[in-house]
Amino acid sequence: MNTDPLLAVSGAQHLPGAWRTEVESQLSGNEEILAWMEVDLDARLHFSPGLLLVTNHRILARLPDEMAWQDWPFRAGLALLQADHAGVGTLELHDDHGRLARWRYTLTHNIAAQRLIEHFEQQVESHATGQQAICPVEGICPNCKAPIPPDEDECPVCHREIHVPPSTWTLFRLWRFARPYRGQLLLGFLLMLGATAATLVSPYLYMPLMDEVLIPFQNGQQIEPGTVALYLSGLFGAALVSWGLGWAKNYILALVSERISADLRTTTYEHLLQLSLEYFGAKRTGDLMARIGSETDRLSVFLSLHALDFITDVLMILMTAIILFSINPWLALVTLLPLPLIAWMIHFVRDRLRTGFEKIDRVWGEVTSVLADTIPGIRVVKAFAQEKREAMRFREANRHNLLINDKLNRTWSLFSPTVSLLTEMGLLVVWAFGIWQVSHNDITVGTLTAFLAYIGRFYGRLDSMSRIVSVTQKAAAGAKRIFDILDHVSSVPEPTHPVHLDRLSGQIEIRDAGFRYGNRAVIRGVDLTIAPGEMIGLVGHSGSGKSSLVNLICRFYDLSEGAIRVDGVDIRSLQVAEYRKHIGLVLQEPFLFFGTIAENIAYGKPDASRKEIVAAARAAHAHEFILRLPHGYDSLVGERGQGLSGGERQRISIARALLIDPRILILDEATSSVDTETEKEIQKALDNLVRGRTTIAIAHRLSTLRQADRLVVMDRGKIVEIGPHNELMARQGAYYRLYQAQARNVDTEMEDTIVKEAKVTA
Amino acid sequence: MKNLTPDFHLSRNAFGRLVYSHNDGEVHEGIVPVRAFPIQAPESGIALVSAEGHELAWIDSLTNLPEAERMFIEEELASREFMPEIRSIRQVSSFATPSTWQVETDRGNTSFILKGEDDIRRIGPTTLLIADSHSIHFLVRDIQALDKHSRKLLDRFL
Ligand SMILES: Nc1ncnc2c1ncn2[C@@H]1O[C@H](COP(=O)(O)OP(=O)(O)O)[C@@H](O)[C@H]1O
Ligand SMILES: [Mg+2]
Repeated sequence: MNTDPLLAVSGAQHLPGAWRTEVESQLSGNEEILAWMEVDLDARLHFSPGLLLVTNHRILARLPDEMAWQDWPFRAGLALLQADHAGVGTLELHDDHGRLARWRYTLTHNIAAQRLIEHFEQQVESHATGQQAICPVEGICPNCKAPIPPDEDECPVCHREIHVPPSTWTLFRLWRFARPYRGQLLLGFLLMLGATAATLVSPYLYMPLMDEVLIPFQNGQQIEPGTVALYLSGLFGAALVSWGLGWAKNYILALVSERISADLRTTTYEHLLQLSLEYFGAKRTGDLMARIGSETDRLSVFLSLHALDFITDVLMILMTAIILFSINPWLALVTLLPLPLIAWMIHFVRDRLRTGFEKIDRVWGEVTSVLADTIPGIRVVKAFAQEKREAMRFREANRHNLLINDKLNRTWSLFSPTVSLLTEMGLLVVWAFGIWQVSHNDITVGTLTAFLAYIGRFYGRLDSMSRIVSVTQKAAAGAKRIFDILDHVSSVPEPTHPVHLDRLSGQIEIRDAGFRYGNRAVIRGVDLTIAPGEMIGLVGHSGSGKSSLVNLICRFYDLSEGAIRVDGVDIRSLQVAEYRKHIGLVLQEPFLFFGTIAENIAYGKPDASRKEIVAAARAAHAHEFILRLPHGYDSLVGERGQGLSGGERQRISIARALLIDPRILILDEATSSVDTETEKEIQKALDNLVRGRTTIAIAHRLSTLRQADRLVVMDRGKIVEIGPHNELMARQGAYYRLYQAQARNVDTEMEDTIVKEAKVTA
Repeated sequence: MKNLTPDFHLSRNAFGRLVYSHNDGEVHEGIVPVRAFPIQAPESGIALVSAEGHELAWIDSLTNLPEAERMFIEEELASREFMPEIRSIRQVSSFATPSTWQVETDRGNTSFILKGEDDIRRIGPTTLLIADSHSIHFLVRDIQALDKHSRKLLDRFL
């Protein structure tokens, strides 16, 4: 703990040790550090450490590439401006006459920067007005304004990235899924033990057969049928027992492993569905499909086949070793000598193979990704006659696949023959040493026979065990890819102490909202309060952040800065699924799932009665066209189903939104991709939908927003104008220009729509 | 297109903003030069964009510009562009992601967190773009040009 009075101020406690002495020498007696941040980039944007401090007197800086400190005492007119571009934040200190200084930092330090700005602004204001500065409340995250628990430094909301890699012992994590079956697993293990022991009985019986029957016979004695019959029935019995036990073991364990992989598959899929859109945006569909489909299957095969065999082998080797040593320790020693050598070899190759198999998996994902890309986009491919190019892309991915496989196979193909060679060598040694021992009468011929029989099996197992290396590595790589999904924490996390809202009035309050996709800020400083039942029309050029804003309201993504409250409650403290139940969303490109029309309408409320479904369809002006279909509400739609026009699909999706009777309704370009005739139909449907609900409607054609209570005009992520149509027209600002542009030139609008549609389908 | 004498000139105001003045009297403050192909063809195709995001001028190649204008643009680009080029990978904390990489770049040594293998993207046959956990992009211009150790480390993620 730091007891220095100068630095014991909040915000300064965590000043890195390297800076502390240097900073102290700069401060005067009654000066306190209020906030600080490291600026890690110099003027040429090279990495180099610097520091920026706000004290109660001044702003103080040591530029990364300079040794000297610079300072600016607080005075009126000083302003700190922040901007960021491509992952680099910039702070500029201005006064009325110009720029005084500029600092650059990577966005890692953005939270510190926000805090610093807040303190700076407060200090400048207090110096200007002469009033005591109210220190910003420390218990609140400067970034997202969420409260920070007193025992933590960092905001749990902003700082939830996990930076710990999953352990390499990934396969053992499967235990979580095996636990429920531990009874069966134990039974299977015992059966396996029995079966393996039974297989080891027969070589043991070779000894007496040789020494008591065959060799005495060669020396002129009679064969006693009784003894022979006894030994032979022993052999037969052992074989029978091992068959029976083996069968039971295989059956039970296969059953269990199949269940484990099914659990794994469903758990992974369920987890995947919980992840935010951000995750899906960054992943390739083909890759995700491969992980959940084939990887889990591969794991199942691994568990039920390879892992089982491997454990059996290990058991067998252990038991064999014990038996061999109990018969003759010296011969046993010689027999087992090559074992460490082989073990070492397996270990050596393991690493190369594992990375190789991981690579192959990734390349395989690449191959399927090409398919997942092309097949849904087949219309575009054909329209632009690019079949050849797509074939090339596939061929290229396959070539890459081959290349990596070839590389791996070079190591891999050497592996098994080498193990075989070692086996032969091992046998050779046992023969030689055995003959020598027999000649010295240390062992009998029977013992040597038994040894040879044992190690025949023994090395045979080693060979198959060496195969386990590759399959284990494959399975581990697969398990890792599955756990990658399972370990991913949704970037839209469920609150630990959720607030429940039974009834929603539908008041929405957006405060100081900021959002970026990666490092691109798309929403900046948006403030908006929407009254219950109010209809807001959101307008602006394409790319101005309208869809992003509604995505934030739906909580498909979480804000980077600021807060969104519904009925006064931060949406981050509501349960995601519960909150979305209150939201009806109609998108430009309605998505219909494979199923009947009725099922599609009832998607958000599966227990809806037929009456409700029909009522919703009626209100959505979909009822009549549905009745014209050959199977009415039971017509199959979606992929491979009945083809519907864009307007028809749109009305089904409106009925879907109507049926859940949401308090908040969001229409994102719901009528943009249909012709004006259909638009009128849809507009009528929408009028029903909007009534009495808080509505946010985005529309490209401004005329469709005529009943909006207020229009919000966005431009490059900011709100530039708010007000009803007439007022905004009178103001002759951004809205006026948008409106004029549309009224003046319907042609350009048409073109615009076509371009947009082309983009959507592309 | 030869635009040795462009129809605009540039200056910098007291606030450090680039000012664009067109010969016909139009003036824009706080304009930014933007490379159209920052990775594949950084030298050709630079747009001057107004603070409102509208394109004011298109420059095919900087060499065609008068000295003063070129200086302003290069200065501004240098202070905006941030795509450290990885020269060598010294260490990675693990081969499973997320993994912390210690790298040497043309902008000095640094470390960053790679969230997943998907954040490594191939652009062109030998060029990679690596996005870190804060979406800063690191460039590997030519994998073959890296030293053996770096290539070996990198290879584990490809
Ligand atoms: N998933 C995404 N990843 C990165 N950038 C995105 C993503 N979605 C949208 N954007 C960008 O965000 C900006 C705002 O987009 P959007 O909200 O869709 O605009 P609008 O709906 O107003 O046309 C655009 O510049 C767009 O390129
Ligand atoms: Mg949109």
